[in-house]
Amino acid sequence: METNLKRAALPARIWPGPAIGRKQWMPWARRIIFFGGLFLGWEMIAQAGIWPAYLFPAPSVVIGTLVNGIGKGLYLTAAWVSLQRIAVGYAISLAIGVALGLLIGRVRALNDTLGWLVLGLQALPSVCWLPLAILWMGLNERAIIFVVVMGALFSITLGVETGVKNTPPQYVKAARVLGARGLALYTGVVLPAALPAILGGLKQGWTFAWRSLMAGELLFFTLSLGNLLQTGRDLNDAAQVMAVMLMIILVGVTIDQAIFAPLERRVRARWGLSG
Amino acid sequence: MTSRGMREIDAPILRLEGVSKTFNGQTGAVEALQPVHLDVRAGEFVCLLGPSGCGKSTLLNLIAGLDGPTTGKVFTNGRPVNGPGPDRALIFQDGALFPWLDVRANVEFGLRQAGLAKAERRRRAQRWIDAVHLTGFERSFVHELSGGMRQRVAIARALAIDPAILLMDEPFGALDAMTRDLMHRELESIWEATHKTVLFVTHNVREAVALGDRVLVFAPRPGRIVAEFRIGLPRPRSLEDHALVDQARQITAVLREVGAGAPVNDWGSQSRQAGLTR
Repeated sequence: METNLKRAALPARIWPGPAIGRKQWMPWARRIIFFGGLFLGWEMIAQAGIWPAYLFPAPSVVIGTLVNGIGKGLYLTAAWVSLQRIAVGYAISLAIGVALGLLIGRVRALNDTLGWLVLGLQALPSVCWLPLAILWMGLNERAIIFVVVMGALFSITLGVETGVKNTPPQYVKAARVLGARGLALYTGVVLPAALPAILGGLKQGWTFAWRSLMAGELLFFTLSLGNLLQTGRDLNDAAQVMAVMLMIILVGVTIDQAIFAPLERRVRARWGLSG
Repeated sequence: MTSRGMREIDAPILRLEGVSKTFNGQTGAVEALQPVHLDVRAGEFVCLLGPSGCGKSTLLNLIAGLDGPTTGKVFTNGRPVNGPGPDRALIFQDGALFPWLDVRANVEFGLRQAGLAKAERRRRAQRWIDAVHLTGFERSFVHELSGGMRQRVAIARALAIDPAILLMDEPFGALDAMTRDLMHRELESIWEATHKTVLFVTHNVREAVALGDRVLVFAPRPGRIVAEFRIGLPRPRSLEDHALVDQARQITAVLREVGAGAPVNDWGSQSRQAGLTR
């Protein structure tokens, strides 16, 4: 992405002409050809009838199911339920993670103790919390949000911690000289200075939260994206399973591209990191 | 502008009594700065000149209150320094502007810490943005500014809190010669208009002679002051002026003598070695 921008920006002044347009379109042309070929190959294998259609549906059928599911509102309702859950879970992780990361990053004693605990827990896939969550809270909304929090929390904590530890000391010095002290120093200087690194952690946290949510929802009986996957399996309907998988990818990529990517681009540009 | 009150002309605004600094590194204690005694009058422009690693930035940090001296004491207006205070502002070589704030918010930063109301902050910030000729760039972000413009913002940000003493740590060291020349003239006119006391760290002899009422020459390993020159040349000074060049030559000779072989830049070079002062 960055190299493309650079390439496009440099010759723009020297050779204004179709050459730039071609360069910008090339990646998209490649993508269209690649995915077109992929779907064509899939369609041909499915049409060849090696496996029964209910196990290996053609992409045309899957897309038909997806369009139908969205059209009837079922998939959208399910996605909305999942998005609400992740919003709650992610907000909780964000609040705890930023505070925890800030503390671990700035307080030596907490770094030596809590820092290790976080590193250890980060190694544990968050789905592993699910049995415990169900034992403690039952098979309900709270259990699933707990798993989402566990999925995102440690990535966010580690991102904030890394960012805070690498805050350029000049910023802190300049702020102290200008009279910043205590909490104002942290919220007004240390945190914003660390924002590029923190965003990395937030993005990774979002990915983990989304994965944890889908894993958790597989076990649930209320309508949600994960639950739709499970229903597809119960009905022996591979087309629905695949359509919901596409839907999950679609939602995940949309959030990433609509929220995190532009945020990251803006921050990197403003912080002078994108060259 | 600033109410100077009835301060006695002769009382030093800044006094250093045996101020020294020793750092404990991996290779043992390093004496970054031997005890320094120094009086600076209000309104004086003092240049601290020397090669990298001679303790001049360390001294500036001690005066700013960012670090405590190993021995001795720093006094401003007769009161001991125990930390950063609004009577002293430090300007860094790279400006250390906050990239998440625009020019105006950067200049307002110190005023915000002081708890000033928004309108008053805005008014004061605008005055200094105008004074450093950045009118029209209030909403610009740091990455959109050139090196010279960034240092102008840094100067405006420091002056906005109305410090009596301006501490400048090689503020123009990373600028090209032409921009630096321009910044010298602007700094001089700001200094003449505001009567601030300035301590200006540089490793550039002609810069020191062009700006200072007084030039303190530092020598490295261990950092110490080895000579003091009073510069009586009329202002504004020209870098091409013969008297200035002669004066610079004298100082360069002293530096060579005591410099322990460390290269001292006469003009234009931009060595940025990491020394004891970092």
